[in-house]
Amino acid sequence: MNIPGNIITLIAGILLTLISLWYGQNHGLMPVEASQGAAEVDELFNLMMTIATGLFLIVEGVLVYCLIKFRRKKGDKTDGPGIEGNVPLEIVWTAIPTVIVFILALYSFEVYNNMGGLDPETSRDFPQGEMQMAENQGKMVAFNPHQGHLSLGIGNAKADLEVDVNGIQYAWIFTYPDSGVVSGELHVPVNKQVKLNMKAGDVIHAFWVPQLRLKQDVLPGRDSNLAFNSNRIGDYPIVCAELCGAYHGGMKTVLHVESEEDYQKWIQENTFANAQEKADTMALMTQPITQESRLEMHSHHLGVHPEILAQLHDHD
Amino acid sequence: MSTTTVSEKPQHKERKLIDYFTFNTDHKVIGIQYLVTSFLFYFIGGAFAEIVRTELATPDPDIVSPELYNQLFTLHGTIMIFLWIVPAGAAFANYLIPLMIGAEDMAFPRLNAIAFWLVPPGGVLLLSSFLVGAPQSGWTSYPPLSLMSGKWGEEIWIVSVLLLGTSSILGGINFATTILKMRIKDMDLHSMPLFCWAMLATSALILLSTPVLAGALILLSFDLIAGTSFFNPTGGGDPVVYQHLFWFYSHPAVYIMILPFFGVVSEVIPVHSRKPIFGYRAIAYSSLAISFLGLIVWAHHMFTSGTPGWLRMFFMATTMLIAVPTGIKIFSWCATMWGGKIELNSPMLFAMGFVSSFLIGGLTGVMVASVPFDIHVHDTYFIVGHFHYVLFGGSALALFSGFYHWFPKMTGKNYNEGLGQLHFILTFIGLNITFMPMHQLGLMGMNRRIALYDVEFQPLNLLSTAGAYIMAVSTIPFIINVIWSLAKGTQAERNPWRALTIEWQTASPPIIENFEEEPILWSGPYDYGIDDEEEEEESVSDMLADVSAK
Repeated sequence: MNIPGNIITLIAGILLTLISLWYGQNHGLMPVEASQGAAEVDELFNLMMTIATGLFLIVEGVLVYCLIKFRRKKGDKTDGPGIEGNVPLEIVWTAIPTVIVFILALYSFEVYNNMGGLDPETSRDFPQGEMQMAENQGKMVAFNPHQGHLSLGIGNAKADLEVDVNGIQYAWIFTYPDSGVVSGELHVPVNKQVKLNMKAGDVIHAFWVPQLRLKQDVLPGRDSNLAFNSNRIGDYPIVCAELCGAYHGGMKTVLHVESEEDYQKWIQENTFANAQEKADTMALMTQPITQESRLEMHSHHLGVHPEILAQLHDHD
Repeated sequence: MSTTTVSEKPQHKERKLIDYFTFNTDHKVIGIQYLVTSFLFYFIGGAFAEIVRTELATPDPDIVSPELYNQLFTLHGTIMIFLWIVPAGAAFANYLIPLMIGAEDMAFPRLNAIAFWLVPPGGVLLLSSFLVGAPQSGWTSYPPLSLMSGKWGEEIWIVSVLLLGTSSILGGINFATTILKMRIKDMDLHSMPLFCWAMLATSALILLSTPVLAGALILLSFDLIAGTSFFNPTGGGDPVVYQHLFWFYSHPAVYIMILPFFGVVSEVIPVHSRKPIFGYRAIAYSSLAISFLGLIVWAHHMFTSGTPGWLRMFFMATTMLIAVPTGIKIFSWCATMWGGKIELNSPMLFAMGFVSSFLIGGLTGVMVASVPFDIHVHDTYFIVGHFHYVLFGGSALALFSGFYHWFPKMTGKNYNEGLGQLHFILTFIGLNITFMPMHQLGLMGMNRRIALYDVEFQPLNLLSTAGAYIMAVSTIPFIINVIWSLAKGTQAERNPWRALTIEWQTASPPIIENFEEEPILWSGPYDYGIDDEEEEEESVSDMLADVSAK
């Protein structure tokens, strides 16, 4: 049977499109989505996966085809056809990636904007309100961005719940300003806009919850924000993603997204907990801690005994 | 353009083995010095990677202490970048540029020797940091962490990177001048081999960006030693400024590491496909475009640091645009192979392996350019997978491709084809098993630079470690091949591949001053299958084959 070449090309093209579309939706590579924003990021990723799969199949397909079809026959010393270029073809393959990246850039912009990334308060190096104030008072020069006026990150000015986050080697400390609760784990109610006001105590850390698809560096000397609205009850890991020292891998805790009742119950329990215990915690958290107590505090994250850790740490 | 305009040249005597251990000004000796040195460091950096992967086979930090683990990955990164890939690019450039453009030597032979002789001290110094506690804040050395963990190790790191950066700058000056000023009469810029275009673009990047790194490191050094606070927040400094300065060099560094090897592949593919390179000008200009765009994308490494929203959008757009010139190159290489007569030997296998793996690095590169997605994967194993596909699947495979391609020219000996192919197969399988699972690990939630991780990540890590061992094994046929070929290999012909670029017109290995007389341009560098006007019956390449048979 003699099938014309352009029909084979057409069938291959359709197959390629179908495979790319299917894989782009069904790669199953991402962890669960725990917020509206996460779902949007995943849709963007799925589109990128679809395009990438298509391009991957085309280029690898061409390579494999060349490998099989265009091998030199033994004893053949002649050259291939002297084709030096083809302007229309080159225009096409310059235009296609240009269009693709244009679409991806616009789509990414849209998703980023929806996540609150271009929120006027947080998207500028210099918050608008502060700038006007500084100008009015003629204090532009005296304005010190390192006194906590500068915020960076993905955040929304309006929030149902604000939590102060302090990142230190090698722990996250969460303070609830409304109730005074201090905790090593983050509890938030489901479907509420939560805003984290983050500071770093020593070195740069990065607050990351994979299920929220959110990450923000926490920088010493600067404030950063991160706002999210989790729509899915569950426990998710909070990971430090910026190298912060030898036990960087152990700097982990949990984000509990709970029903409103469970959240209130937790706040109650912790507010009226033994006052002495709380004072101890506060003392431990706020004072400069020694290497030993820090190691002891976090030995359970690391899954090793404090003594072993201390030994490992000896030559420090 | 003539070859006599540059200052008087050092004379070279007959070459002896000792020349390779001394301050020799012959570009070919320097090229070999660079190549051998860089490969020594490849084995050291590779050994560190194997320890790191062994540690990561299990979730617990059980093989090395967490401090040592951080030291190992810091030095692994530093060595592979500054002591392997960058000097290996310089090795090819030193060896090939004068031969490809018909010059007797580089424009500044003594400067060239100085540039090389900064590398071994830089490398030895870096390794000596183990004596005082090696740096452990990653190859990026972000303050304030780098100011806090081990003062002298960090300082040694700074000084050795400064030495290696200086070497790189001196090399860049030399390459650019040689390419622009020392070509033979008939060779205009558009009849020069594409490797020279790639090195021209690389040199521009080196000269524009490396001094900025030097500035950043000197300031970091002041913070470390003199107690200033350029980057230290406790004294009012800003660690984000360091990140800007660092990435202003270190993003272009990616292109400093890959552009020379784009050039190498553009030489290898046409010869072994017996076809002209497809779209010569498009490939040449896309190198320049990458070079230019490479300078304005650095903040994409900082999408999650202190980078305001509008800035993230700007750097997202510029970063994505790099896909266009890179795409042009990949499509052109494929089109060169299409319809050709492919000789599937070691150089060609590595070149095709390069195209297929670099493609993956390029596709994930566009993904991580997208801000919302990068926020999720930044500082995770997805990034580790991505840049290893670019730098190992890209630079390193192309490096090996060039290594086998020019091995007969450089040594005058033929390598063993079977061992070369075995080397390729093991490397290609190993690299995919090592780096592919990392993408999924990163997406799932595994962050990078950690000695301990959650149990759920173990299966994929185990797979990755197995791949790393295959890559370690792949060096065995390579080493045997080199030693065996040098000792027992048959004498190589002048032009075993029947290539058209003029480095193949001289003896293998080339004589001291490169050519007996000034070489003649027979044809363009890639005129395979194009008849030399109507009068000529046989093709240019056949004519050259006759010449080389003499």
